[in-house]
Amino acid sequence: MSLTDAARRLFRGGVHPEQHKAESTHTPIGSADMPERLLLPLHQHIGEPAEALFAPGDRVLKGQTIARANGYVSAPLHAPTSGTVLGIGEHPVPHPSGLVAPCMVIEPDGEDRWIDHAGHDDYASIDPVALRNIIREAGIVGLGGAGFPTYIKLNPGHHKPIETLILNGAECEPYITCDDMLMRERAAGIVSGLAIVRHALQAKEALIGIEENKPEAIAAMRAAVAGLEGVRVVPVPTIYPAGDSKLLSRILTGKEIPSNKLSAHVGITCVNVGTTYAVHRAIAHGEPLLSRIVTVTGGAVAQPRNLETLLGTPMDALLRQCGTRMAAIDRLIMGGPMMGIALHRADLPVIKTTNCVLAAAAAELLPQRPAMPCIRCGACSDACPMNLLPQQLYWHARNKDLDKVQKFDLFDCIECGACSYVCPSNIPLVQYFRYAKGDIWIQEREKEKAQLARRRHDARQARIEREKAEREAKRQQKKAALDAASARERAQAEAQSARQRAEERRDVAMQQVQKQRTVPAEGTEPAATEKNEKNRAAD
Amino acid sequence: MPLKTATSPHVKAPVTVTTLMIQVLAALIPGVVAYVWFFGWGVVINIAIAATAAVVFEAGMLRLRRQPIGQYLADGSALVTAVLLALAIPPTAPWWVTVTGVFFAIVVAKHLYGGLGYNPFNPAMVGYVVLLISVPREMTAWLPVQSLSEHPLNFTEHAALIFTGTLPAGITLDALTEATPLDALRTHLGLGSTVSDIRATFGLDEETSRLLSVVPIFGMLGGKGWEWVNAGFLLGGLFLIWRRVISWHIPAGMLGSLIAISLVFYLYDPAHYASPMFHLFSGAVMLGAFFIATDPVTAAASPRGRLIYGAGIGILIYVIRAWGGYPDSIAFAVLLMNMSVPLIDDYFKPRVFGHDRD
Repeated sequence: MSLTDAARRLFRGGVHPEQHKAESTHTPIGSADMPERLLLPLHQHIGEPAEALFAPGDRVLKGQTIARANGYVSAPLHAPTSGTVLGIGEHPVPHPSGLVAPCMVIEPDGEDRWIDHAGHDDYASIDPVALRNIIREAGIVGLGGAGFPTYIKLNPGHHKPIETLILNGAECEPYITCDDMLMRERAAGIVSGLAIVRHALQAKEALIGIEENKPEAIAAMRAAVAGLEGVRVVPVPTIYPAGDSKLLSRILTGKEIPSNKLSAHVGITCVNVGTTYAVHRAIAHGEPLLSRIVTVTGGAVAQPRNLETLLGTPMDALLRQCGTRMAAIDRLIMGGPMMGIALHRADLPVIKTTNCVLAAAAAELLPQRPAMPCIRCGACSDACPMNLLPQQLYWHARNKDLDKVQKFDLFDCIECGACSYVCPSNIPLVQYFRYAKGDIWIQEREKEKAQLARRRHDARQARIEREKAEREAKRQQKKAALDAASARERAQAEAQSARQRAEERRDVAMQQVQKQRTVPAEGTEPAATEKNEKNRAAD
Repeated sequence: MPLKTATSPHVKAPVTVTTLMIQVLAALIPGVVAYVWFFGWGVVINIAIAATAAVVFEAGMLRLRRQPIGQYLADGSALVTAVLLALAIPPTAPWWVTVTGVFFAIVVAKHLYGGLGYNPFNPAMVGYVVLLISVPREMTAWLPVQSLSEHPLNFTEHAALIFTGTLPAGITLDALTEATPLDALRTHLGLGSTVSDIRATFGLDEETSRLLSVVPIFGMLGGKGWEWVNAGFLLGGLFLIWRRVISWHIPAGMLGSLIAISLVFYLYDPAHYASPMFHLFSGAVMLGAFFIATDPVTAAASPRGRLIYGAGIGILIYVIRAWGGYPDSIAFAVLLMNMSVPLIDDYFKPRVFGHDRD
């Protein structure tokens, strides 16, 4: 039994949407025309936004770092061409929310002058840590669509050693062909990048997964890896979403990445072929990530093709270059039809994770029908590649029963959209799951805030108690002191008054004696003299 | 100018509730053709009455509940309920029996619980059970196979019987109707005969049966005529599985457990317990396995849960047939298992990617 047969058995669920790949693979990769302005969002990756290094009016060279990474999970940004910084401000960016974000606007000067840069001939001589640093400084993030900083992925850390490096050339979404064309035309560069990444990871073997609907790419990659040790090209069944890294890992190695854990946990790292090619350019040629291949396709596009595009190019420029009837666009999607984002305007910039600009006409999109009640047919659970029960998730999410929703493993949902695709009642299932996830995150944050508030309240109460106790103790002390003092004073006062009384008595006695002395004997009694003497003695 | 935005996915498989229901109706055709061939046009007239009544009741309830009539009528679910109910009741049933059954199915069992997707009990089976208990005489007036009947009715006579209750001159209802094979089996087993005797008596060729004035109702596998009807529904059911309208779990569970339990008793005492083949091809077993038990709204949701659900139905069918008070028991078995669906759904979760089996 071939690997494909076994893989088909391992892969449960999935759907087969119409592929629409042939439209954009007729012509080789072209070059996007230089636009008038480049609009570069500072946040084109997972993690913290980059921090701008230049101000309006500064001149920059091609490849110069214009924004530096901010923290560990972050990536720098580079000028795609030489020119002048026109401004840094809030501009609309490609995001489902339609919100604005900080962007740097650069006006190309037409000279396309590079900053000084140099590549390394022998990657193997470079220490893996230094290699990762170069990749970080080149601003390379996952070009498959997620945008995770690649240098972090290449640092497995405390996990098991990486046994298998998987190159993801599956490209399972319909319409998108940028990886296909990259593999056909630049297989040597990809394989060079593969060697570098493998060296950085110290991986034992490398597997390149390519869907069977790309025979030319399979052939090109096979030719490029011929003779290399431990590298194999493995065709995988054409089914959506075989390109999800967890599912692809299981197809190629049979290992299942445990829920809530990274692939490094089972000794696997998965990297997109486009990212691998960018690593090659960075190490071998010293070029940071400045451009990427974008598939421009859709019913409204007259000449669908793949274009090497500078980051920051407005999408409507690309569309016009491919002869698009803008009025025929019913929905402009960044990405594929299954997981892509519908954009609210056409002049949004191409960013690092823009693999496709899909100008869809109404005929190829889903019909606009209202959702019917769920008839519990189970087509959604048949289609779910993660073996979840979307039906149960839907009912519980509708009831806002967030505990039950987590009991049915909501966070294992990869939001691939296969369930919504097959639902006969036209229910937007994935949207319910996104909403439930959002609600649970908000709930978690509220809980954390409440716990923090309670801890602070408790601490405050304790502090107040403590202060009160201290004050009380001081008061007691003072009181005791006062009491002692007053007792002493009273004693002194009493002694004083006793002395006074005694003195007064003596004075009286003295006066009497004086009286006696001045009035001579008229019958003074000798007893009086004795009395005086007695008195005197009493003093 | 801002573009329209929407959430992903932006494409859809070309399947709707309507396309599912249309395929179910199409899959019923072989069985219905066999039914008409063997038992006459009564069933088609009943289907027509039931379908009309269903549409009227559904539209009425949707209006009462202020829901969009066009969208919900077009989904075809009321039509499927009506056809299944019409297939469950005898072809001689008067029109008002059919209409009452459809009323209970659509209005009470479906809409009063919340409409499409919200009913816990299979609507067609609720309608059938209400009729069975309320008008047992009309509900047990089955016809024998036309070729064996003394008075096979043609289309007009069927229509007259159903709409006006009049029979052709000189014929009484008792003379016209005949016990079903399951009914005969039950009765005579209860009277002390053995299975082989009953089959011998009632399975004779036409000549001998005329001489003995006994209608041979047992065919090769099951009841005469009924086995072909069941075969037709089996064919339709396999078509539905191939088209992925239904999954194989419920029919497999139901037929598998029915075979298993009937095999056990048949091997233990073949004289008093009919063979698994007989059970599979008589009554409404195939209709139940592929069309009634697989009603998605009232069945279990997960694959393992569906196997358990189907198995429960199969066992209950046999238990009621062998020891219960009714000759055929699909409706009761289905309704009893409908009651246990919330429990099944709670306990039978599939193993999720990245988790151990818990």
